[in-house]
Amino acid sequence: MLQINVENLRMQKLPHIWCPGCGNGIALSALTRAIDKLGYDHDEVAIVSGIGCSSRSPGYLNFNTLHTTHGRAIAFATGLKIFKPKMKVFIVTGDGDCTAIGGNHFIHAARRNIDLNVILFNNNIYGMTGGQASPMTPFGRTATTAPYGTVERNFDIMELAKAAGATFCGRATAAHPRLIESLIVKAAQNKGFSVVEAMLPCPIGFGRRNKLGGPVEMMKYLEENSVRVQKAQKMSEEELKGKFVIGEFYNKPAPEYIEEYDKIIAKLKK
Amino acid sequence: MSQVKTKLMQGNEACAAGALAAGVCFFAGYPITPSTEIAEQMALHLPRVGGKFIQMEDEIGAMAAVIGASIAGAKALTATSGPGFSLKQENLGYAALTEIPCVVVDVQRLGPSTGNPTAPSQGDVMQARWGTHGDHPIVAFSPSSVKEAFELTVKAVNVSEKYRTPVVLLLDEIVGHMRENVSLPDKVEVVERMKPANRENYLPYKLDQEVTPLIPFGEGEYYHITGLFHDESGFPNLVPELVTKKMDRLMAKINNHKDDLIITDEYALEDAEVVVFTYGASSRSARRAVKEARAQGLRVGMLRTATIWPFPEEKVKAVAEQAKAIVVPEMNMGQLIYEVERVAKGEADVVGVNRYNGEIITPEEILQKVKGLMNGATN
Ligand SMILES: Cc1ncc(C[n+]2csc(CCOP(=O)(O)OP(=O)(O)O)c2C)c(N)n1
Ligand code: SF4
Repeated sequence: MLQINVENLRMQKLPHIWCPGCGNGIALSALTRAIDKLGYDHDEVAIVSGIGCSSRSPGYLNFNTLHTTHGRAIAFATGLKIFKPKMKVFIVTGDGDCTAIGGNHFIHAARRNIDLNVILFNNNIYGMTGGQASPMTPFGRTATTAPYGTVERNFDIMELAKAAGATFCGRATAAHPRLIESLIVKAAQNKGFSVVEAMLPCPIGFGRRNKLGGPVEMMKYLEENSVRVQKAQKMSEEELKGKFVIGEFYNKPAPEYIEEYDKIIAKLKK
Repeated sequence: MSQVKTKLMQGNEACAAGALAAGVCFFAGYPITPSTEIAEQMALHLPRVGGKFIQMEDEIGAMAAVIGASIAGAKALTATSGPGFSLKQENLGYAALTEIPCVVVDVQRLGPSTGNPTAPSQGDVMQARWGTHGDHPIVAFSPSSVKEAFELTVKAVNVSEKYRTPVVLLLDEIVGHMRENVSLPDKVEVVERMKPANRENYLPYKLDQEVTPLIPFGEGEYYHITGLFHDESGFPNLVPELVTKKMDRLMAKINNHKDDLIITDEYALEDAEVVVFTYGASSRSARRAVKEARAQGLRVGMLRTATIWPFPEEKVKAVAEQAKAIVVPEMNMGQLIYEVERVAKGEADVVGVNRYNGEIITPEEILQKVKGLMNGATN
């Protein structure tokens, strides 16, 4: 049984606002366990979010928590981290928050390789506003704003992050909470821009409309269709259709933004 | 105050110098004419004093980064112009509600849209007041000389820290790009962020206190900040009674301190029948016009304000009671004139002199308007 350390939660702020069966809590508890494993002090951790169901997570977490504007969490976190590099910064962001309205900040933070950790709560939909299509709604799936199925292709955030310059990225699903946790630990250990995508069920906004069943069926669906990166490498494109590749995708250090800037400051001091 | 030697300086440079003198140690921005020199100056000087500069991917991100850095304890500033100022509005409102100190410099250029990037304007005074959605307090200053660009930047930083509020500094293309000989003090009065006397049970948004000290993240008191309405602890709370209290306190913390915030000066006002009410670069032409009018024996005076928001109501009211007419020159189609009319309440005629094509308002134009009113007044 996975335990959650209540010291990491603001118990007096519970119950949370999420629907029964929502996957957000799974990623949230994985984050708290990862922080415990990393051994960080509460006061050196900042959790920054944008707007959305997932972005309400920081309110329940017993750290420095910052709930910002829609799409802008990474930009707020950039200022915070640059000015106080000792802070360990985790960004909790939804798929709409991170890849639609916040897409520009995402790719530029990746390009800078600034030491931030993005935990992308991907439920394939705009949950908070009632089930509109997001850039991560799979092609053909329906949403309130795509009642006949979306004709837009969805992002593969691992590919996007890597191409933009992120130095660590990995993906897991709500059916693999230990993997979410271990990926977050590795993300935090990477000195640079790290992305962990957690695929989560939103039974209310996404599952119901797409006839994916209730929370249990959605979890099963995530579990049964997941393939580990190592195995996926041996599979054909045809075999991988409809599958979610999970695991560590990329981990390759590169010069980190703040360290590079600090070198300039040090040089100017001489 | 000791003075360093006189220097030929641009308004934008003076603004950057003021920011550094006031202790600004973080700048995030995005290049845009006619404000870019401020970012360039900050990029050059900040790392020399151990500060941090970042060129963000857009103005929305720059505004966000400035607020983030301020939450971490930095005195933080960003600079932009018209289109960029529009992009900053959402996060400016976030700073107002969450009470995070920061300064936004807007070097006004001719709009709307891309308009004329290199031409002056005073078209953003209402955007500074109402640009972000919802009611909110705001402080805005507008210098009319290079020296004042320095002084008001210092003031803006100090006010933002003292009242935990975003402050807008409205330069215009003229003041920003003009070069003047200035002697700047090598030391200025600097307000440091308040520290709480007692850290026990720290509440970042106390309701019975106008301004609660803000403990930066990472300094011992971890808590929550949100752009939702919140209770004293910072946690979301949308109970209408709490919202009312929060809003009333937000407005009061500015409105109760107008004496500290409003800076005006007067010229030949004593017996004036017509008063030119002016701000920013236009006041340079206004001063000349008044001087000329006096030389011609006309009873004309000038009230200049360096504070746009809160609006100097008392001063304008007094002028309206004394004068027959108030002339308001503005490089826009008439914006602050609405405030003058509101306050004058018909006690004096209120007449605009307006340019909205990128040209400056000349002293002659103002003088002509004044003379017309004087004639009308004596007829
Ligand atoms: C500037 C702005 N535009 C739109 C909204 C409305 N809005 C709130 S949450 C949201 C989408 C949230 O979706 P996602 O980021 O995927 O998070 P989820 O709720 O699914 O966790 C939108 C569009 C907003 N708050 N601000
Ligand atoms: S709408 Fe979806 S994401 Fe939002 S709380 Fe409900 S289940 Fe979770």
